[in-house]
Amino acid sequence: MSSLTAKDKETVKAFWAKMASKAQDIGADALNRMLIVYPQTKTYFSHWKDLSPGSAQVLKHGKTVMGGVEYAVTQLDDLKAGLLSLSELHAFTLRVDPANFKILSHNILVVMAITFPEDFTPEVHVCMDKFLAALALALAEKYR
Amino acid sequence: MVKWTDQERSTVRAVWEQINIDEVGPEALARVLIVYPWTERYFGSLGELFTASAVLNNAKVAAHGRVVLRALDEAVKNMDNIEDTYAALSQLHYEKLHVDPDNFRLLADCITITVACKLRSAMGPQVQATWQKFLSAVVDALQSQYH
Repeated sequence: MSSLTAKDKETVKAFWAKMASKAQDIGADALNRMLIVYPQTKTYFSHWKDLSPGSAQVLKHGKTVMGGVEYAVTQLDDLKAGLLSLSELHAFTLRVDPANFKILSHNILVVMAITFPEDFTPEVHVCMDKFLAALALALAEKYR
Repeated sequence: MVKWTDQERSTVRAVWEQINIDEVGPEALARVLIVYPWTERYFGSLGELFTASAVLNNAKVAAHGRVVLRALDEAVKNMDNIEDTYAALSQLHYEKLHVDPDNFRLLADCITITVACKLRSAMGPQVQATWQKFLSAVVDALQSQYH
């Protein structure tokens, strides 16, 4: 499943340390972009009153999602086990089509590039992409 | 055929004006080769591609990156007719190069990320949406002659 090498994990942790203080803003920006650039994702948030950029609900949810990613950084040695309950939540309660994990991952990468243009080198880019893909796979584990 | 609002046209042109083909081309192609290494299957003639630094220092990769971005310039100049503009390129990628079109999407994402590094906050969500719509149209055009 997860093919993160030891070097990948080091790179992920090092880059995360740089971005930790901005994680919540990054999460909010990424979620916001996802809703705008991929409008079909709005279908999961029909219960929100306000989907506009900067809305309190979008900001708050961006923080929640990024909190999940931050937790995943601490579980790199066994993402499947570490994300078990989050997977159950997404599979049975939220029932988010896993294709959307890729979409959100792309937007997280875009915001990382914007926020850290010097640090988001191709080497960091591939590690973060692998990490988010492994995270998505772990999140989809309980679906069927 | 893709429909563009005036706003979208000016957004695509505004982004394009800020792009230095000689910088973004090489970097975007390097990213796709590093982030999605299976894309190397199409670039046997480019020489050394084993490590990220080999890719980043490879002059042939850089030259080819510029070729790709120059082709994108044609799409920017012909936004209402990208499909016709790219018909020959599409045939080339299908009949001669045998490229799986999913790779066009991967390169498009790497172009977006490279451009995001340059434009930073100037690539706001609406700009990103329009830019990605433009790249999708280019990807579709590149796939149009596949049969």
